[in-house]
Amino acid sequence: MQLNEDIAIVAMSQTPSHRRYNDSEVSLIMDCVNDVLSQVDIDRHDIDFTIAGSADYLSGMPFAFVANIDAVGAWPPVYESHVEMDGAFAMFEAFVRLQMGDIDTAFVSASGKSSPGNPRHVFPLQGDPYYSAPLGLDSVTMAGLQAQALIDAGKATEEDFAQVVSRSRRSALDNPNAQVAKDVSVDELLAKPYHTAPLRNHDLPPISDGAAAVLLARGDKARELCENPVWITGIDHRLESHHAGLRDLTTSVSTRACAEHLGVADGSLDVAELCVNYSPEEIILAESLNLGDNTVINPSGGPLAAHPVIATGLIRVIEAATRVRDGEAGKALAHCSSGAALQQNLIAVLEGDA
Amino acid sequence: MARAAAVLGTGQTNYTKRNEVTLDALVREAALNALEDANADWSKIDAIVLGTAPDALEGVMMPELSLGHALGAINKPIHRVHTAGSVGAATSITACTLVESGMYDTVLTVAYEKQSEGNAMWALSGGKSGGQGAGGTFAPWIRDYIARSEAPEYIGWMVAVKDRKNAVLNPRAHLKLPDITIETVKESVMLWDPLHFLESCPSSDGAAAMVLGSEDVVKASGATPAWVLAHAKRTEFGSFPGRDPVRVQAGIDCAKALYAKAGITNPREQIDCAELYVPFSWYEPMWLEGHLIAEEGEGWKMTEGGDTELHGSFPVNMSGGVLSSNPIGASGMIRCLEAARQVSGKADAHQVDDAKIALGHAYGGAAQYFAMWLCSSELNPDLS
Repeated sequence: MQLNEDIAIVAMSQTPSHRRYNDSEVSLIMDCVNDVLSQVDIDRHDIDFTIAGSADYLSGMPFAFVANIDAVGAWPPVYESHVEMDGAFAMFEAFVRLQMGDIDTAFVSASGKSSPGNPRHVFPLQGDPYYSAPLGLDSVTMAGLQAQALIDAGKATEEDFAQVVSRSRRSALDNPNAQVAKDVSVDELLAKPYHTAPLRNHDLPPISDGAAAVLLARGDKARELCENPVWITGIDHRLESHHAGLRDLTTSVSTRACAEHLGVADGSLDVAELCVNYSPEEIILAESLNLGDNTVINPSGGPLAAHPVIATGLIRVIEAATRVRDGEAGKALAHCSSGAALQQNLIAVLEGDA
Repeated sequence: MARAAAVLGTGQTNYTKRNEVTLDALVREAALNALEDANADWSKIDAIVLGTAPDALEGVMMPELSLGHALGAINKPIHRVHTAGSVGAATSITACTLVESGMYDTVLTVAYEKQSEGNAMWALSGGKSGGQGAGGTFAPWIRDYIARSEAPEYIGWMVAVKDRKNAVLNPRAHLKLPDITIETVKESVMLWDPLHFLESCPSSDGAAAMVLGSEDVVKASGATPAWVLAHAKRTEFGSFPGRDPVRVQAGIDCAKALYAKAGITNPREQIDCAELYVPFSWYEPMWLEGHLIAEEGEGWKMTEGGDTELHGSFPVNMSGGVLSSNPIGASGMIRCLEAARQVSGKADAHQVDDAKIALGHAYGGAAQYFAMWLCSSELNPDLS
């Protein structure tokens, strides 16, 4: 992929992950907007392009996203867009737009409140409307099938799943935005009952409300706005079939293809923040990305500790970028998935100036 | 520097009720037609950009997940745009930027709606929260436009007749009303004063698609390109004290940005024809003024004088427009696609003679989202 422009993250913000946030989605986003603007010397009116990610189905109302422009601001009129996707995909569009080289800054926000609805009623609607949606086939069910496929293939055990959970929840103890943080042993986890066998409750992400935002800037503008810009040196995303029967559920060929395309398939990464919505997904992603002991996976605790849908992927970007900005990582990877059982995957490669 | 992008091919379904096909089949039909027109096949496509709105209409969340298969998106990027009624044009623009960015050489973009599988009045009225629907939102602003501009009441009826007569020439159009007259429009039932039934858009099914490519792709394809000369988007709040929802600032700003990028100084003279998003008749004169094609208070005179007719001096909605076909999520892309067809000489029976520069436009929300693009027969047109 040919990149014409250097694009960096120059400011970022996320709200805590709330089990139930009783104020509006707008106020969640606004906290992030104000936080980002406080980090850089730029007026909101000087931002060239804004883009938001949100999902009407979480709000339960058509065009619910329209209200969210209140948080970012749209007077005088602004140049903006919206995707019904995770904020990581909104960042992809902002990155593409900045590659044109005629604008300098782009503000990306993402927000989701899962608490008002019933996820098990909402997420089957991601399936095709004629066959799978009426059956109630949702991401939890698909994650269960995926977990069983891993076990049947001899690639993982229930203990491996519990290890992912135990480590993630322990890592989350250092994350002030985490919703589920606890020092819990593998044995304790394995003693719990099944939720959707072979998955236990803790193999699923929490139900969360939250928002996140990043400010992107191009070339010299990035260096002007920030002492330690985090450069996005590559971004790509790929889709797989929604027909589970057409996929090998024990691997993620789309993640692998993205990594190969961006030249990071050799696993040479210091940190990887992965959208591990269900614990078995970490095993699949780590294998598909060739991650070894040199890579710290989900130091934030990942989505198993905080999962504000739609913001989750952008939070992976923020968590990975924070490690690069703070000098803990030279090269980091952020991953986002959409749909059930890792159907669609995005990865972004983040690097510092050094 | 951004590189140029062009529309290499366009594809459409018929916009009548399509009970015989699934959503997958609907979008694939438009995509296949676009690929054929572009002399391309699936292997040439580097990325796909999908648009529709509102999501709640067909009951499918994140439809790129279940439609990607039908759109050849497996192991490719598929990106989804959602910006209210302007979405079809906004999707076209995002697809264009993928090419202009230098990151993707050939991009397929598709927009659709299948109103027969949903309930537009429910979806456009805030679902369970209830509401007045799109017509109920726009009617008071239209009344205000009439009061301010002192336009005669028959202007809306004239637009309704003109667009439906144009639609008779367009085999894709949903409504075919060859016998429509000023009288039948005037006598049709009043929905939202001053909008009669025949001054309102239908509920349509359909998908639209385009293949866009870089200059190198154009040269290699042998397709007749429509160059995207410029594009612009602007958004403002839907409601606040002091807002003018009749002459909308975001619409003015969007047009100014578009014309400045293209080097247009006199849109009325330099643009040959326009596909404007006119879901209710009066929006023809309102957008002619609101996008600086006519002076304030003068737009309706272009309608009255026949300028906006198919062979007038500034044809508007040659295809029959949104008044004749409204698969909502696709309607903005149809405007962009029809602009491309005009400048590449592929508009068949509704072709405007010698069209070199054409405008595609869409708006959405409470007349607060705008997306516009200009297509040109030449990469570097002489605008003098």
